[in-house]
Formats: sequence, structure tokens, C-alpha cells
Amino acid sequence: MNIAVAIDQIPQDELPSASEAGPAPKRIVVAYGFWIFLLSDIIMFAAFFASYAVLVRSTAGGPTGAQLFNQTTVAIETVCLLVSSYTCGLMSLAINSRRYLRTYLGALITFALGAAFLSLEIREFSSMIAIGAAPQRSAFLSAFFTLVGCHGLHVALGLIWLIVMMVQVAVFGFAARVQHRLLCFSLFWHALDIVWVGVFTVVYLMGVSS
Amino acid sequence: MNLLGKLDWNAIPLHEPIIMGATGFMVLVVVVVLGFVTAKGAWLYLWREWLTSVDHKRIGTMYCILALVMMLRGFSDAIMIRSQQALAAGGAQGYLPPEHFNQIFSAHGTIMILFMAMPFVVGLMNFAVPLQLGVRDVAFPTLNSVSFWLTASGALLVNISLAVGEFSKATWWGYPPLSEMQYSPGVGVDYYLWSLQISGIGTLLAGINFVTTILKLRAPGMSYMRMPVFCWTALAANLLIVAAFPVLTATLAMLALDRYLGFHFFSLEGQGNQMLYSNLFWVWGHPEVYILILPAFGVFSEVMATFSGKPLFGYRSMVAATMTICILSFLVWLHHFFTMGASANVNGFFGVMSMIIALPTGAKVFNWLFTMYGGRVRFSVPVLWSIGFMVTFVIGGMTGVLLAVPPADFQLHNSVFLVAHFHNVAIGGVVFGVMAGYNYWFPKAFGFKLDERWGKASFWCWLVGFYVAFMPLYVLGLMGMTRRMQHYDNLSWRPWLIAAAFGTAIILVGVVCQVVQLVVSIRNREELRDVTGDPWNGRTLEWATASPPPAWNFAFQPKVAELDAFWSSKNRAQATKDEPTPTRKYEPVEMPKNSATGFVTAFFAVVIGFALIWHIWWLASVGVFGAFVTLLAFSFRRYNEIEVPAEEVARFVRSHQAGVAA
Amino acid sequence: MTDARHERAPGDRPSREMHASAPSELLVYTIGLFVAVLLTATSFWAANTTLLWPGGVLLGLAVLAIAQMGIHLVFFLHITSGPESTNNVLALAFGVLIVFVVIAGTMWIVADMSTNMMMPSGAPMSMQH
Repeated sequence: MNIAVAIDQIPQDELPSASEAGPAPKRIVVAYGFWIFLLSDIIMFAAFFASYAVLVRSTAGGPTGAQLFNQTTVAIETVCLLVSSYTCGLMSLAINSRRYLRTYLGALITFALGAAFLSLEIREFSSMIAIGAAPQRSAFLSAFFTLVGCHGLHVALGLIWLIVMMVQVAVFGFAARVQHRLLCFSLFWHALDIVWVGVFTVVYLMGVSS
Repeated sequence: MNLLGKLDWNAIPLHEPIIMGATGFMVLVVVVVLGFVTAKGAWLYLWREWLTSVDHKRIGTMYCILALVMMLRGFSDAIMIRSQQALAAGGAQGYLPPEHFNQIFSAHGTIMILFMAMPFVVGLMNFAVPLQLGVRDVAFPTLNSVSFWLTASGALLVNISLAVGEFSKATWWGYPPLSEMQYSPGVGVDYYLWSLQISGIGTLLAGINFVTTILKLRAPGMSYMRMPVFCWTALAANLLIVAAFPVLTATLAMLALDRYLGFHFFSLEGQGNQMLYSNLFWVWGHPEVYILILPAFGVFSEVMATFSGKPLFGYRSMVAATMTICILSFLVWLHHFFTMGASANVNGFFGVMSMIIALPTGAKVFNWLFTMYGGRVRFSVPVLWSIGFMVTFVIGGMTGVLLAVPPADFQLHNSVFLVAHFHNVAIGGVVFGVMAGYNYWFPKAFGFKLDERWGKASFWCWLVGFYVAFMPLYVLGLMGMTRRMQHYDNLSWRPWLIAAAFGTAIILVGVVCQVVQLVVSIRNREELRDVTGDPWNGRTLEWATASPPPAWNFAFQPKVAELDAFWSSKNRAQATKDEPTPTRKYEPVEMPKNSATGFVTAFFAVVIGFALIWHIWWLASVGVFGAFVTLLAFSFRRYNEIEVPAEEVARFVRSHQAGVAA
Repeated sequence: MTDARHERAPGDRPSREMHASAPSELLVYTIGLFVAVLLTATSFWAANTTLLWPGGVLLGLAVLAIAQMGIHLVFFLHITSGPESTNNVLALAFGVLIVFVVIAGTMWIVADMSTNMMMPSGAPMSMQH
């Protein structure tokens, strides 16, 4: 008799546990895959954090963090990112209830706050380079620009992604795969905020207080 | 402004006969292959069925082909290293000048680990894991294609370095300050950096894909403790990929920033720290070893159980050992640089952790032995590779435990004893493992078996050749010979090096036998054909479908109630033989549509890599833009699935059953 | 939204049917924002205070940062301890373990080498002064 059929004739008891339930629906698969990607991304940040921690005192006679960092700028940046995380959450509520106007509004505010964060960071970087505190000055500054710049690069990519997603909402509506991608975007954006908590604590606050 | 960056005609080493010969041969092979495809009019077929395929079986096969080709390239390097060292004693200088010799050993290491072993292991996982899990494809089929083509892009860049410019002379781990601009001003290190970076991203994406597949897509009823051991080892290996490759990406990015923009991570100026590079490199480098060996362990487990006709001994302990190794492999990396100057506390901790890994590994070896014990073992080619592995790997493992003792390591570090040790585990473990897997799953992939006689000849040549080639290196290491010597004055080393070169020649015969095996098998494919789909009396689900499997793998979603699902269902089928076969209604199958995204993205990745290597900034920008547009176009595709009609599925099943009955 | 037998997608909230008493989603985000702002403000205050000894400041900042990351995970990413997100939590735990190993291991190893080789910390190998 046919083996493929025999495989199928196994008595199935009551509702199986999650590990026996068979292939998961697309939304779970996509979000879980992205979750794993985020973990790998955070491990990459861990390598940059570790390098920064090792090199933070290697200033080669150049300026230290305490001399360079401006806490007010950092505080404004932090507020921008934190509130944008909140509005991103509101956006995903609007998506789940399929409201276009609220979705666009949430995306717009999130984008504006992210862009504000990015412009503040660019201004900070350029003012540091202008006074000679460029990444080529010392190992400490190399590590600083790479760690913070890598986070900034992620924010910039997130902004581009957000624009693309809004175009897709306009073109495809709340199709299933658009919703999956928006879920991934919100995971990404919240994860960036978590990384930023590490950055402002380790780089800026520990930098000025010690 | 120079439109071509650093690139000019001097980049092609026309004055080097050996390099130009190799380049000429490479170009010849490419021209012959392209000519063959054109003559057969197979371009459209190739494009539709392979280059743009998102089928995990096709992608797995392409990974393995890439690995086999790169193995030939890496093995040529090995022959050159061994012959040079056999010749260049005392007054003789051999035939390879130092700057060429340095490129060869750097390329040999890079290629063998990242472009031979990695693609082979990932290819086997790609092919077998979804079939073993009883599902139709991986979690993200198009991403899978992107992963493969990025890996191929990296391999292509390494091969381009042969003809245009040079490869790194700074070993396969590229320690600064040697790999910094100041000491390696050529493009060699840049080739190394970007080929690793591009293929590394491909591997990372593959890792994400497989973790998701194994954890989220399994046949109904397949709980974790019913997964085949190969899937467990694949899960562990891919978790390690996800955890370790980002560190490599970051480390190489920092080295690239040093080289391209004058940063001071690892440089001598600006208080850079070279030890940081070694540390971060091996944070990736040691798990990488286990990324390669764990799937090989999985292959041996499948082979041993199948060919002994018994369930695997100690399944649960095998799973536990695999996951223990997965975690422990992240706690040992310092043993790669015991001699760098850490205190006894640190060296002691990492030495002990390294030794502890031998425990779960030893448990595995006993499990394989007990699986064979009392079974009716069929000594087919995959089993020979597995037994060869057990003997060889145990020796390699013991020298590894020796090296894990820091005081011993201070004596043996940087000697050819170490070279002998890691070849002992890499060849005896990984190469033997992928060869077992290649012989084991080949009939599933192509519907006919590989020739046994040539396979056995190849195995014996590899096994004997390995011992003749590497046992002398243990002796030489104890005699004090350091690694990477282009020339040496101590004539008492020479007989041992000649013996090692002779061993390499025996391995060469083994490699030739493998090529012959493939050719003979393709020629005799009608005699070797397997119509049942189950040539080895297998135990796991991949043998439940036809060979080669249809694109949709299974006409009906298999349901699983115990370990070794296919084996138990065969037994059940035996028990209910007299009952009439119930008729099933076939249903249409939804399959992912082919996509050129992977191929086109990889094309732009090569453009980006090549442009960055030669400092052609405008071209790099074009490449980034092209890759972005490609991904954007994919994300706007309206339909990603096609439906295979129920009649087509039914027709396939009927013709397969007719073949089995005949 | 999803099959109840399967675990929850990361980032998705627990389904309302199963938790009838669950607070409104808007409220969850708002509480999260409020607590996060509070913790951030405390961090900035702690960095500039003279009330604590220097080591205490670092310790306090670390604790506050970890607490805030936890708040983000619970209130924004909806991580729970329930059985329907076991996989998500396990993956997260694995990631946290690796992050810890990489950062702590690197700092330990390089600091040890610098002191063991009796060179001023932070300037281990540089000889071009």
C-alpha cells in the first residue's frame, strides 16, 4: 500500500501542542524570522559596544568624551526616539484596526521624529569633526563614530523603509503581506530604541560622569 | 579624478607564469562551460530552472556544486604548498616566491573554510532539512536564493583576485597590523575583506532562514523530540551562524574602516588595539568551527542509523550533546591566542572550557558505536566515510585536548603540529562528513546512486592520503617546525615534508576518483537508477517521496507520530498490507514563484565588492543603487505564489507509483 | 488573527479573547512611554548627581538602562512569560546570553592582557609615542 497514505493515517488525538501543530501561519513565520534577524543585529551592536568599551580610554592625547558630549542634545535625541517608538506603536494599532488616516498620521509623526533625531546626530558629528575630533583622531573617536554612526545608519534605513511601506499601503492597501512587513517595521523601530538606551547610557552618560 | 580608481593594466600579473597559467585554465573552463550551455541551447532552461529557482533542493544542489568547484581550487593551493615545502630546503628556493606563497596559504585557508566547507554544509542542510521536516520549502524561499548567490559572489571575487590584482598575504584571519594599509598596501586584503563580507551576509541570511524553518515549519505532529538528528544539528549550527556571523561582519567592517578611512581600531597609531581584532575574530572563528562540524555530526547520525538498520542509539543524549556544544562553543575562543599574553586565570578558564567540549563530543562517538553494535551494518560508501571519520576525528580530538592545555599550547602554538591538528578535525570531521552526506543524499537529489566502486576507491585514497600527509606534520611540529614557511634550512625536516607531499598526491588520486565517480555514475545512470525513492531503506521523511522529489516535495502533508517517521510508517504499511488503499483527493499546491532577485542582487554585490576593492567609488554607488532598486522591485511584486493544479500533483504521484510497481 | 494553537508572532499582543481583562492597547503603550520617560530622566539625573560615589553612578546607570530595556520589551514589544511566546522568549534569552558573552568576555580578556603585559591600560601595544 502507498506509504504516503500510511503516513497520513496516524491517529491524531485532541488538539496538539504548539510544537506539534504543523507549519505556522505566514504572519508568525515572517515575524519570527525578523525577530531572529534583530537578535543577530543586536549581536553586531554588541561587538561594536565591546570595541567601544575596550577603546574608550584610548584617546591618544585627543579629546575625551567628557569634553565632547553635550547632554542637552542627547536628551533631545532620546526624547525624539522614545516618542517615535510610542507613535510607531500607535501606528500599529491603527494598522490592526485598518484605519488609513491614523496609519498615515502615525507614520508621519514617527518619520518626523526619526528625521529630527538623525539631523541632530549629523549636526553633532559635523561639529565634532569641525573642531578636529574626527574618527581619525584616536581609537576612542573611531569606536565612538562607528558605534553611534551604525545606530544612525539603522535609523536612516528605517526612515527609507517607512516611506516604502507607506507607498505600499497606498498601493496595496492593508494586504496580508503589507501587514506582515509593517509588523516587522515596528519590531525594527522598537529594537532601535532599545539599542539607543544602551548607547545613551554607555556612551554619553557614562562618558560624562566618569 | 581617476574613473577606474586603482585599477590599471598592471593589476594583471602578466609576468607570473604560474598565475597566468592558472588564470588561463580558469578562463578555459568557464569558456568551455558557457560554450557547452550555448551549444545545447540550455540558457533559458538554466535561467528558469536553476539561476532563478527558489526551490530549496535546487539551491542546495547549487551550493554543493559551488563547494565542489571551490574544493578543486583550494586543493590546488594545497598541492602547491606541500610541493613547495618538499622542495625548498637548504639551498633550494622551490618554485614559489614568498609573496606568491603567502597568497597561496591565505587563499587556501579562506577558500577551504568559507567557500568549500561552508557552502557544502549549507547546501546539504538546504537540500535535506525541509524534506526531513516534511514541509514544502524553507521559511523564506527567495531569501534563500539571495543567500546562495551572495555566497557565490564572494567566491567569484576570490577567483577574480587570481587574475586581477592579488589575494591577501595576511593569512585567512588577517591579523592587523599586517592587514592594515601601512603593511598591506595592495588590494589583496581588500579582496579578502569584501569577499568575506558579502558571503558572510549571505550565510547570516541563510542562518536566519533555517532557524525559522526548523522552529516554525514542521510537519504536523513533529514535536522537537521527533525531529531527525540532522535537523537538530542544523538548528544548532544555524543558531551559531545567527550569533557568530554578526560579530565577523562588525570586525571586518572595523578593519575596512581602518583601511579605507584611516580609523584607528587596530592600527599602531591613535592607540588602536590589535588584540581586540584577534579577540573579536575568534569570537566568530571558534563557533564557525562548530557551524561546520555539527551538521557533519548530523550526517553521520543519519548514516549510521540507516545503514545499521537500527534507531540511533541515545537519541536524547545526542540532542543534549548537540545543544551543549552549541552553547559551549561560545565560551572557548581564547584558546586560539593563549600565547598573546593573558594571565593564568584567563588562560586557565578558557583551557578548561575547551577541554569540557570533548565530553559531549565523546558521548556522541559512543552513541555512533552503539548504534552499529548489534546492527546489520551495510558497508556502503557513506558508512565507510563515517567509520573513517570516527577513527580520524578521535585522534584529532585528542590532539585538540592536548592543545587546550595552555602550557602545552605555548610549546605547540604556531607550529605545524597545530596545522596537523586542525586538518585532522577539519578533513576527518567536516570533509568526511560532507562526503558521506554527498553519497547518501545524491540518489535523492538525482534519482540514481553514485558508483560504489569508485566511491570506495576515493574513500581509501582520501583516508590513507590523509594519514600520510598529516601524521608527518605532527612529528615536524614536535621537531619545532613553524607554519607558513616558504623556505627552511633544517634538512632533517625534509624527509617528513616529502612524505607529506606524497600523502597529498594520494589525496589527489582520491579527488580524481571522485570526479571519475561522478562521470561514471552519470554515464551509467540507467543501471544505477532508483525508482522507489528509498534506496537505502531510510528512516526519515526525505525518503518518503520520489527521487528526485517534485518541486512540492510531498503530495500530501505528512503527519508524524514518532521519531523515524518514515520507518514507522513503512512498518505500519506492512501490517495493513491487505486493507484496500483508501483513495485520496488531490489538492492544488501553492508554491513560491521563481525570482531573479537573488541573482540580480548578487550581480550588484559583485559590482559593489569589485568597485570597493579598486576604489572605484562611482561604480560602488551604482551597485548600491542597483541592489536597492532590485529589492524594491521584488517588494512590489504582486503575486509571489503560483498554484500547481491538483491534476499535475496526481499525475506525478501516479507515474511515481507506476515506476515503483514496475 | 492567528491560529490559537500556534505561538504568538513577536510583537503581536496577546489575543483579546484569551485575556478578557487585558487593559486597552493604547493604555499599554502609554504606560510604557510614561515609565520609559521616567527612567530616562532618572538616568540623566544620576549621571550628573554628586550624591552617589562614582562607582555607584555607573552601577545605577547600568541598572536603569537594563530596566528601561525591559520596559520596552514588555510594553512596546509585548513580550510575556506565557506559553504562547515561549519560542520568542527563548530566542531572546539566547541573544541576551551571546551579547553578554561577547561584551563581558571581550572586556575581561583585553583588560587582563593589558594589565598582564604591564602596559598602561588602554595603550596596550602602541609603541609610537
